[in-house]
Amino acid sequence: MNLILIAILSLGAIGAISAIILYLVAQKFKIYEDPRNALVTEVLPGANCGGCGYPGCQGFADACVKSESLEGMMCPVGGTVVMSKVASILGKEVASTAPMIATVRCNGNCTNRVHTNIYNGAASCAIVSTLYAGETGCSFGCLGCGDCVNACQFDAIHINPEASLPEVDEEKCTACGACVKACPKMIIELRKKGPKSRRIFVSCVNKDKGSIARKACTAACIGCGKCEKTCPFGAITVENNLAYIDDNKCRLCRKCVEVCPTGAILSLNFPPKKSDTASLVAEDSNA
Amino acid sequence: MLKTFRIGGIHPDENKLSAGKCIETAAIPEQVAIMLSQHIGAPAQAIVAKGDHVKVGTLIAKAGGFVSANIHSPVSGTVTKIDSIIDTSGYSKPAIFIQVEGDEWEENIERNDCLKTECNLSPKEIIQKISECGIVGMGGATFPTHVKLSPPPGMAATILIINAAECEPYLTSDHQLILEKGEEILIGTKILMKAIQVNKAVIGIENNKQDAIELLTRLTIKYPGIEVCPLKMKYPQGGEKQLIDAIIRRQVPSGNLPIATGTVVQNIGTAFAVYEAVQKNKPLFERIVTVTGKSLNSPSNFKVRIGTPIGQLIQAAGGMPEDTGKIISGGPMMGKAVTNTDIPVTKGCSGVLLIRKNEAIRKEMSNCIRCAKCVFVCPMGLEPNLLMNLASHALWDKAESNHIMDCIECGSCSYTCPAYRPLLDYIRLGKGKVGNIIRSRAVKK
Repeated sequence: MNLILIAILSLGAIGAISAIILYLVAQKFKIYEDPRNALVTEVLPGANCGGCGYPGCQGFADACVKSESLEGMMCPVGGTVVMSKVASILGKEVASTAPMIATVRCNGNCTNRVHTNIYNGAASCAIVSTLYAGETGCSFGCLGCGDCVNACQFDAIHINPEASLPEVDEEKCTACGACVKACPKMIIELRKKGPKSRRIFVSCVNKDKGSIARKACTAACIGCGKCEKTCPFGAITVENNLAYIDDNKCRLCRKCVEVCPTGAILSLNFPPKKSDTASLVAEDSNA
Repeated sequence: MLKTFRIGGIHPDENKLSAGKCIETAAIPEQVAIMLSQHIGAPAQAIVAKGDHVKVGTLIAKAGGFVSANIHSPVSGTVTKIDSIIDTSGYSKPAIFIQVEGDEWEENIERNDCLKTECNLSPKEIIQKISECGIVGMGGATFPTHVKLSPPPGMAATILIINAAECEPYLTSDHQLILEKGEEILIGTKILMKAIQVNKAVIGIENNKQDAIELLTRLTIKYPGIEVCPLKMKYPQGGEKQLIDAIIRRQVPSGNLPIATGTVVQNIGTAFAVYEAVQKNKPLFERIVTVTGKSLNSPSNFKVRIGTPIGQLIQAAGGMPEDTGKIISGGPMMGKAVTNTDIPVTKGCSGVLLIRKNEAIRKEMSNCIRCAKCVFVCPMGLEPNLLMNLASHALWDKAESNHIMDCIECGSCSYTCPAYRPLLDYIRLGKGKVGNIIRSRAVKK
């Protein structure tokens, strides 16, 4: 009986002392966490994709809470909807940004770009690009091994087996930029999604001289500059034999698409062509 | 017991089809393309312009830095353009194009074959001469020779090793060069010994070249200080670090250069080029290239002017066989598959190999069965299976701590893997990434 009593008392005493020490230590090393952190984390998508540039959603929430304003802070996955929720929690203003989408700037499918050799090593674009220029004559174009597909957490990009080029699912793409980082050829770019997903871009990154580029791929940009001259808004620049359309200046008139001799400029999600281009310009500038 | 390196190694089928074939002089092409980057280090700077007339041996591009090499015209003719041409990597690189007219040499080059044994130049003058003549390592790595002969301060060489292992299957260019130019090679070796001020040189040569070993052993009686060391056949014996281990039983510490063991290693082809440069005033503008393949009509060893398209060499060796599946510049283990036959021969191109279709395709990869064969054969004592996993998961810091940068890319692991895993492909990717990380870290400091 006595023995049991001693045991209970001594264990109880040790427990009590430990509890006091633990309490004091917890008080001493207490880290204050802003309760808003948890709230913000809750509204974020929780994909931890890193598209915002911070280590995961929690890191982004922390940065949002700590920063003075939300300028430049953007969750590409959640977009303006999520950011406005974050803003309401924190009582800050959110600058609304245009929704973006990953755009594959290569149109070298199997008919446009003839294969000159066969690669059957490890299926990774990163490895192919360290080895050599790729299976076709174009040393800038898509290698087609699907590093972008593996990088996408949202199942939004897939290799089209017929064209052996990646295709972006517009519904699923969140513009997190993982594919942009994964592509060793720097083909994928985040561009403005545009009204009704309508957008125009140069679907080529070949910087070779026109004759060489054309020989390797019939859909290559040859840097002829016709589009640059045609564009009424000064949105197109040609540098290193390659045209680039600035999506901030582009007004989607589609004049460049018509003059491009190789069809390197693509226009997506536009309604079927109307013969009267003048009315189209008017319609687009309204949109 | 023959000497060899202590860790790992494999022995692929030798297939030395062109062994014993005399060196033929390849025809000079109508147009040559001289790459401006034929060596490790900064590309050379072109000093000729369109329309300039050049002779054989005229300097056409100057070294673009200390680690770089001069380039001389291999032909006489007119510079037509300075443009880009696709090289072995498939990417366009700048090159000088020369339209050939006749075969007029610079006057100061001695074209006779008579042997010139005496060399009265000082070590400094020798290195200067080698640098002027644009000599680079002829074994394939193309490291500028004058840099290798100038050890960093505080380090001195005690022994010169001449690499005649030629452990790559198929290649016979070095072997044939020894048989035909043995004496010149020994004089070149003597000159190299003088340049780095050592009195001992060892020629490491694999045991499958008995005739070359006998010849060199006989000749070395006249050249005290040079010793011939027959080696057991094992790939990659021709790797610098492996050869040092095989011959003097010392290992180069991780991350160091061979000079850390007091050794300078030079290829046998380099020794010959040094002889020609120092004694005959002849810059490096031609080399021996083995053109071989199982289906090729007549596998041969050619003396080729730099800039000759490899397609012409294949024609000269009997034309491209029907069943060609792959063309490789270099040997089958470390060479590079090329994408067209217009690629010009460079200073480091030791062979052109045509692989048959049925041998050119890789077998389908399956899961690692943890047999550890890759670990046993790795000559650097690395764990290729682990490094591949780390590289495929982008764990660069762990790859670095597992010494991925020590990999010499010999390909023994991929060759031996029973699951056909692309080990070297991933390790090479990892080396690139880790190398970049290390460089950017150095910049930050």
